[in-house]
Order: sequence, then structure tokens, then C-alpha cells
Amino acid sequence: MLNPRQVEPNMYRYDEFDSKFVHERVTQFAGQVERRLTGELTEDQFKPLRLMNGLYLQLHAYMLRVAVPYGTLSSKQLRRLAHIARTYDKNFGHFTTRQNIQYNWIKLVDVPAILRELAEVEMHAIQTSGNCIRNVTADQFAGAAADEIEDPRPLAEIIRQWSSLHPEFLFLPRKFKIAVGGSPNDRAALLYHDMAVEIVRNKEGRTGYKVLVGGGMGRTPYIAQVIGEFVEKDDILAFMEAVMRVYNEQGRRDNIYKARIKILTNALGIEEMRRQVNIEFAEIKKVGTLQLPQAELDRITAYFAVPAFETGLSDAMPDAGPDFANWVRTNITAHKAPGYAIATITLKTPGQVPGDATSEQMDIIADLMDEFSVGEVRVTHEQNLVLPHVRNKDLPAIFAKLKELDFASPNAGLITDIIACPGLDYCDLANARSIPIAQKIALKFEDLDRQHKIGELKIKISGCINACGHHHAGHIGILGVDKKGVEFYQLLLGGSGAEDASIGDIMGPGFTEHEIAGAVERVVEVYLAQRNDGERFLDTYRRIGMEKFKAAAYETVAA
Amino acid sequence: MTKLLKSGAFAADAFQATADDAALPDGPVIVSLARFEKERETLLARNTPIGVRLKSDENPTRLGDDVNRLSLVALEFPKFRDGRAFSWARLVRTRLGFKGEIRAVGDFLFDQLSYQHRVGFDAWEVPDHFTIEMFNAALAEMTNVYQPAADGKKTIRELRAH
Repeated sequence: MLNPRQVEPNMYRYDEFDSKFVHERVTQFAGQVERRLTGELTEDQFKPLRLMNGLYLQLHAYMLRVAVPYGTLSSKQLRRLAHIARTYDKNFGHFTTRQNIQYNWIKLVDVPAILRELAEVEMHAIQTSGNCIRNVTADQFAGAAADEIEDPRPLAEIIRQWSSLHPEFLFLPRKFKIAVGGSPNDRAALLYHDMAVEIVRNKEGRTGYKVLVGGGMGRTPYIAQVIGEFVEKDDILAFMEAVMRVYNEQGRRDNIYKARIKILTNALGIEEMRRQVNIEFAEIKKVGTLQLPQAELDRITAYFAVPAFETGLSDAMPDAGPDFANWVRTNITAHKAPGYAIATITLKTPGQVPGDATSEQMDIIADLMDEFSVGEVRVTHEQNLVLPHVRNKDLPAIFAKLKELDFASPNAGLITDIIACPGLDYCDLANARSIPIAQKIALKFEDLDRQHKIGELKIKISGCINACGHHHAGHIGILGVDKKGVEFYQLLLGGSGAEDASIGDIMGPGFTEHEIAGAVERVVEVYLAQRNDGERFLDTYRRIGMEKFKAAAYETVAA
Repeated sequence: MTKLLKSGAFAADAFQATADDAALPDGPVIVSLARFEKERETLLARNTPIGVRLKSDENPTRLGDDVNRLSLVALEFPKFRDGRAFSWARLVRTRLGFKGEIRAVGDFLFDQLSYQHRVGFDAWEVPDHFTIEMFNAALAEMTNVYQPAADGKKTIRELRAH
């Protein structure tokens, strides 16, 4: 099982304390499972305990959600994830919009064994569900992107540790999602998070943190607002704890749909929220125990040291044929080191389930990581994988290997790079299926020239109002609803999850599962006819509004 | 029925919980926050230990400096999923500097004891079948902690420095 060429990437490593922590947590959960099986714990009592260990009860089986903190995985870890899929599930895993991986066919009795397997490779499922601080996410290009101010992962790791079994915040009004970004280009959907931290530089040239709160999707979408314009680095945990405390004390507990911090933020107003947080922050800072010393930040940062890049490489892209050139056009992002690139592997080959990978595919990607990307891969919130540090000259070999895996679609950011939640095929909460709709649309737009002609267009599909498929943030969003036992699909236009975040507008009545892909196609045709030079779909929509799109979308349906 | 577990051992409960409309009995009493606020002068003049019981939507900072004239603060868990009292306990212990008993009452799980202990609780009303062994086991499940709380326990960061 151990690959002799296995490369150890520069990422956080557990020490004896971290290791003991996750192992004790497994033993604790094994005891809770046993108490559930003997009936000592009722399902009602067991539920929050299992959720805080990543275990859901879905339509057909238990689902286990494993944390991939800030989306960073080593090849050793990916091989272990493949092994778990092979041994305990149906040979595949599903990468989620929160950079996690889910296994959909898990047996309760196997869960302690799976958690032990994870603990051995410095992984866990702690707080991937439940009304607590969830697994922290980050920009998938962290440490590699040319546009980055600082790598967000050291802070994300510090937040991971601070939030792990934080005794005060395990029974919050509702779940709490935190994301960290280190670049002015937001690739982590910061503005849709309960709390987001953006690394910024102030006028004096010093870096610190801008903190935002109250973003979220679900049935009441909100864009996050700034609560701390510039929080000094050593204050960040105290500031975040202040936000958490205000939320824990005052977030609504009488109505599950009004319990997120976005509702509290808007009920109090951002000014009042800021006033209360600042009072709390001053008190916590006075106690002093949560201050983050520079030495600690430096110590964690050292784990994420920039790899020793080869110097003197050419920035030129190798010539390896038109297919390769197409792939480079969409799936390669500028790297900060000359002659290097960031390569996105879209798990979105038209017809496939977005975000799914088989054990074999994971194993081969692990080999690619070792051979070409210093043993490292990233999981993105758009349900793709990323090789963060590859030499331009190696790209043709990587592309050839990905082709064999059927993961070489040159569609990153294009119309077939669709986000979709698991939907009614798996999920207990869903009203409608998402996966078949994603597959239908992807197949409709399979023609590559057409995709490139359309350009950047983000379609995001949710099977219910909870919005796990980020439909509010899609340039084109699709929301599955149930009308008297029949699945219908509403269209939303004009959403964005990037630094220009906006909430999509609902077009009108829903389409049937047979109509929706056609409606999307007609909407896209309107864009192609109306766009000005250089305009993305989103830009055209923002310029001309809903009317023309709406008329076209319902045209054939009405006829 | 419940029994009182305090500072790691079962203890006799010296306090009498007193309803808002009942006459105050002699000796230590526990009253609601509403009653305490209404009859503050009388209660403080009694010269017997006083406890105040707070509902989960009552912020203990309302007690202000009076807290240090109390012997006990009881914090309610109306249902185990309602985690407000975790923050209230921290405020009472850390912010208000309360040295007396902080008692958990209401609906909470074995699996929450260690978190309650961390945020400042030192007394629990537990069901009759509960044992000291169970209490010790609950506190021993996780040896180390990542974040400072009200228990003064050394964090993993502090342990690493040694």
C-alpha cells in the first residue's frame, strides 16, 4: 500500500498532541456508538454526537463526511481515502462544496474503524456536521497563486485547532462555517460564509485580517458584511471568539430557519453587531490568553513553507497538440514561481456525477501528485481537484494521464464545470434530484468549441432550499423544488460567489426536468446574441437585466 | 430524582430552591433572577448564602457586582441542544470573576460534562443512576485541549512550549 515514491508535501504535520487528540476522539466516539447500539443513548441524544463526528443518516444509509482542512491533501492521505472507499463503501467518494469528501454507503459499526484509519494519516471527521464550527475552508490555490498577499492556510490551521472541541461553541444555534482567503480574487466564496477572514494589507503596508460576518445561502441568502476592517494578527482569535460569543448568546433558537448568524446580523444591524462584538473583544483581549503570538504564527507558517522550486525554467507552455492547448486555456492558472503552473483537474467530465472519484482515480491522482506536484493536491469548493505546483514542461504528461482517467475535460470555469449537491439521489432533505440535471446540461453543452465560445459561466444546482449546491451564487442557478410530488426546477440568474458576490434573481415559475436544460440553452443563446466584447454571461446579465432572458426561457415552454 | 455532584464528589445540597411566590425559608436559598432583582435588598440583608438561578435567555452580567455577594449561580439547560449556558458560565467565571459554585441544572448529557467543566461549572444536578466513576470517565476522555477556557487548563500550545 505504501508507495516507495511517496512525497511528503509541505503542509501541517500532526505532533504527539494532535495525534493523541484525534485518537482519543475516535475512542470516545466508539463508546458513543456502542451506547447507541445498546440503546443507552436514544437516537435524539445520539444525533448531535454523531453529527459532530461527521456522521449523517441519509435516505439509504449512513453518510460519513471527512474533513479536508482548507482543502489540502497529501498523496498518502488521498491513497487512504481511496482505500476507505474501496473497503467500506462502493468504491467511490464524493468531493463536496466545502472541500470535504463524503462516503455515501457507510455502516454504523464500521465508523470507528474508518475514523481510526483516518487518524493514522492525520485526518478526522470532527465537526464536519452539527451546530458547531465546521471544517474551515480556504482558497484552493493557497501558497501557489501569483495574486496572493499571504498563504491563508497557516491561519486556517490555527483556526482549526482553536475551534476543535471548543467547549463553549459546540451547541450553537446552528452550524457555523468559516473560510479564509489570502488574495483579492476570492476563490473561497468568502462572502457567503457565516464568518470569513481575508488577509489584507493596510496603508502602512502591514498585513492583517479583514473579518466579515453574516453571509450565507439557504432559504434566506445574504452577502457577508465587514465587522472588522483591519484586525491585527495577534488579535484574530480573540476577535473571532467575540463574534462566536455574541452569536451563541443571541442567535435565535426558536426557529431552525432563522438561527444562522446572517439572521442575527441583519436583525441587529451591522453597526450594533460591531458594537457588541467590540465590547466582547475588548474583554477577551484583556484576559489575554487568546492572543496569538507572532512566534506561534511563524511556527505554523513554517509547516507550509514554499517548496524548493526549480529555477531557470522557461515560462513558455509546451506545444502538445490542440486538445492540450484547450486544456491549458481553461485549467491552468498562473503560478507565482516562473515556469510553474497550477493545474485544475475538473471532476466534471460531461455525463459524470460532479465531484465523484473512484478509488482507482484517486490512486492514480496520488501518483501524479508524487511525480509532478510535490505530493500535494487541493480540493476546491467547486468540487474539483488541483495540482498546485507543477512545472509547465510536465503538463503534457499530466494531461495524457488525466485523459486515461477521463478527468481531462478542458472545462474549468466553463458551462459544464457545474456544482451540484447530491440531491434526492442521496439526501434526506432534498426535494428534487440535482445530479441528473447536471448531467443533462453538461451533455447538452458537451461540444468544446461551443463551451469556449460561451466562456466563463458558472452553473450551480441545489436539490432543495438549503442550497448546498450554491444556486444563489451561480451565474445561472438552478433550484429543485417539489410541487405535489413532481420535481420542478427554478432558474436564477446573476449570482456570484466571487469577490463581486451577488445573489441570483429568481426568474419565475419552475421548469420540469425535461424542460430545464432547454431553458438554460435558450438563456445562453440570449447572452451570445446580446453580449458586448469581453463580457461574461454575468456581465451581460448585470447590464441588460432579466427581461430578455426570461422571455426566451419560457418561449418554447408556453408554445 | 436528581442528586448533587460538586467538585468531583456527591454532596448534600444545602440550598433550597424557592419558587417566586413562596415565602423564603430559613437557610440557604436559590431564587430566580427576577426575584433576586425584585427583592435584592431583603435577600442580601438575610446574611445566609444566596443562589440565583438563571434561565438560558438571561445574561448573567445583569447581576453585575452583586454576583460576588452570591454563593451560587445555577444555569439552566432547558434542553441539551441549547448551548447558551456554556457562554454564560464563562462570563460568570472569567468576566465577573465569580469564585462560588456554578451549578448545571436541567437537561444535559454525560457527553457534555467535560465541556461544562471547562467553561466553569463545578456542580451538577445529575440523575440518581449517575456515579462518580462516570463523572471521572467523562472528564478523562480527552486528555488535552486546544483553547483556553475557564478551567485554567494548560493548552496544547502551552504544552508544546515545554
